[in-house]
Amino acid sequence: MTSPLQQKIKITGPSIVTANRTWDGAVIYRTDAKSWSDELTDAAIVRTADEARALLTEAVADDLNAIGPYIAPVEVEADGAVKPGNMREHIRLTGATIALPAQA
Amino acid sequence: MYAYDEIDRTLVNERVAEFRDQVKRRLSGELSEDEFKMLRLQNGVYLQLHAYMYRIAIPYGTLASNQLRRLAHVARRYDRGYGHFTTRQNIQFNWIKLAELPDAMADLAEVGIQSMQTSGNNMRNVTSDQWAGVAPGEVEDPRIWAELLRQFTTLHPEFSFLPRKFKIAITASEHDRAAIKIHDIGLRLLKNEQGETGFEVLVGGGLGRSPFIAKTIKPFVHGHDILSYVEAILRVYNQYGRRDNIYKARIKILVHELGIEKFAAEVEEEWQQIREGVLKLDQDIIEDIRSRFFYPAYEALPAMPDELKQAAHDATFEAWRKNSVFPHKAQGYAIVVVSLKPVGKPPGDATADQMDALADIADKYSFGEIRVGHEQNLALPHVKKRDLPAVWKALEAIGLAIPNVNLVSDIIACPGLDYCSLANARSIPIAQEITRRFANHDTANLIGRLHINISGCINACGHHHVGHIGILGVEKNNEEFYQITIGGRADEGAVLGTLIGPAVPYAEVADVVEDIVEAYLALRAHPEELFVDTVTRLGVEPFRERVYATR
Repeated sequence: MTSPLQQKIKITGPSIVTANRTWDGAVIYRTDAKSWSDELTDAAIVRTADEARALLTEAVADDLNAIGPYIAPVEVEADGAVKPGNMREHIRLTGATIALPAQA
Repeated sequence: MYAYDEIDRTLVNERVAEFRDQVKRRLSGELSEDEFKMLRLQNGVYLQLHAYMYRIAIPYGTLASNQLRRLAHVARRYDRGYGHFTTRQNIQFNWIKLAELPDAMADLAEVGIQSMQTSGNNMRNVTSDQWAGVAPGEVEDPRIWAELLRQFTTLHPEFSFLPRKFKIAITASEHDRAAIKIHDIGLRLLKNEQGETGFEVLVGGGLGRSPFIAKTIKPFVHGHDILSYVEAILRVYNQYGRRDNIYKARIKILVHELGIEKFAAEVEEEWQQIREGVLKLDQDIIEDIRSRFFYPAYEALPAMPDELKQAAHDATFEAWRKNSVFPHKAQGYAIVVVSLKPVGKPPGDATADQMDALADIADKYSFGEIRVGHEQNLALPHVKKRDLPAVWKALEAIGLAIPNVNLVSDIIACPGLDYCSLANARSIPIAQEITRRFANHDTANLIGRLHINISGCINACGHHHVGHIGILGVEKNNEEFYQITIGGRADEGAVLGTLIGPAVPYAEVADVVEDIVEAYLALRAHPEELFVDTVTRLGVEPFRERVYATR
């Protein structure tokens, strides 16, 4: 499989780097503090391909804590609020769009 | 039920210990994800959108009550209290933590459940008719052969690194409930003119990006030769299958590109070299496997017991009985299909409480046995007819006396974009909305048999190509759209559906299905003509006109 770092990076707007946490698979976001957070609001926002590559490079290097980092689009609203840039990322952030089968 | 021996138990326990060590090394950083990925996949551990997903095999769809209880335990203790039954007689847990997986695996191993080869480029779970061993008119129980193949292909070094995954399904009935024609190898058990047991062997079926219906490669292979013949097929595939392009790596592409005659000739040449060797099955081995399947001691019971006659006055019971109860090979017994398709709920899901309750029902009324079908429903295979009213009440108490088996709301659906990292669009909410539209059982009965299959991407886990109505989710400009096919079927007359026109947006899918069903009701020659037969008779054009006239 091609490493994400070998793939051509093309971004068209604000983006973040996201992955899944190794021990439990939970969705995580790369932060400015060279760490991970499970809050999108903590994610480092990049706006150029070079910035994205740099953020992805440090994320990929943290193989112990994160699986499969990749660049994903976000929308940054006027008040600075960050929202997922597509349906897939929306579902990763907020969970399944259906009610999970409940226990009686 | 099949009784595992010490060899099986040792193998499974060793695998758990091995995986525990691999997880420990991954979590300590000793193994990178690149190194670990193949190891976890070979144990059925995927990474999905929100979490790891753990896929567990239910060989030939046969479960014991204690095994179902243990699955409930895993759902409750390690997951979020439910499991998802798949189209390949597996169950998946969607929220399991890697750190806890070895414990879950060990808990399952105690009752003979394992997840080896439920992912990866190897031989997957060997599937069969969910009514195997109890269906009237069956040639013989296909699970004996499925178990032989399971043992033969488990950790077989030659089959551990195939060009791509490989799936075998077996049926022994005229009506194919195992969908053998959409498998890499499909086996149809039959007797030759001498009364000997053997198989019609089909090869090269499969769905996904390039769907194909399997072709017959040999009309009769003697049972004694089935392992060597399967090995010959796999050797040819292993040698010529494409490893350079994942989209062309399945055996269906090889069979298509070579042509069935040339492929068959290659297999024949290979087979002639090995058929008289160690893989020739001697009868003792077959009988040994057969002897480890336990069958209930059926009593001589009346075909129409008084309890059933009395219960028939209850219209709700009778509606369920007519829909969900099927003939059994033994007089006075029945097969009860338990629909996992409640209105407005995800298809194929069962909660831990439902699993526990079903295990109790199975103990009380079905000799402790449960079956899992590729339509994502369960079955109780040995119910005395006189117990049917009690079984119905027990199922009703857990919300599973749903009389929609084989009807429009009995939908096959993959997890789709709500869970799956490969999906382009959601499947479950589409299924939920369609079940709401057709929630009225009288309407559903009026429509009759109609299979809707939904996939959230071209990989086709929801078997959309062979749905009477198939729905495929695609993404266009960051929006969910759905392509609609009609006329597909997965049974002995398997055929791929035909696209009716341009994809429709998410919000219109249920409307389109309603339009198609209304068109069918207006067009069918008589009330007994099934939807799929009307499509075969008339083609897709009248349905296309109806759907797109106002779109």
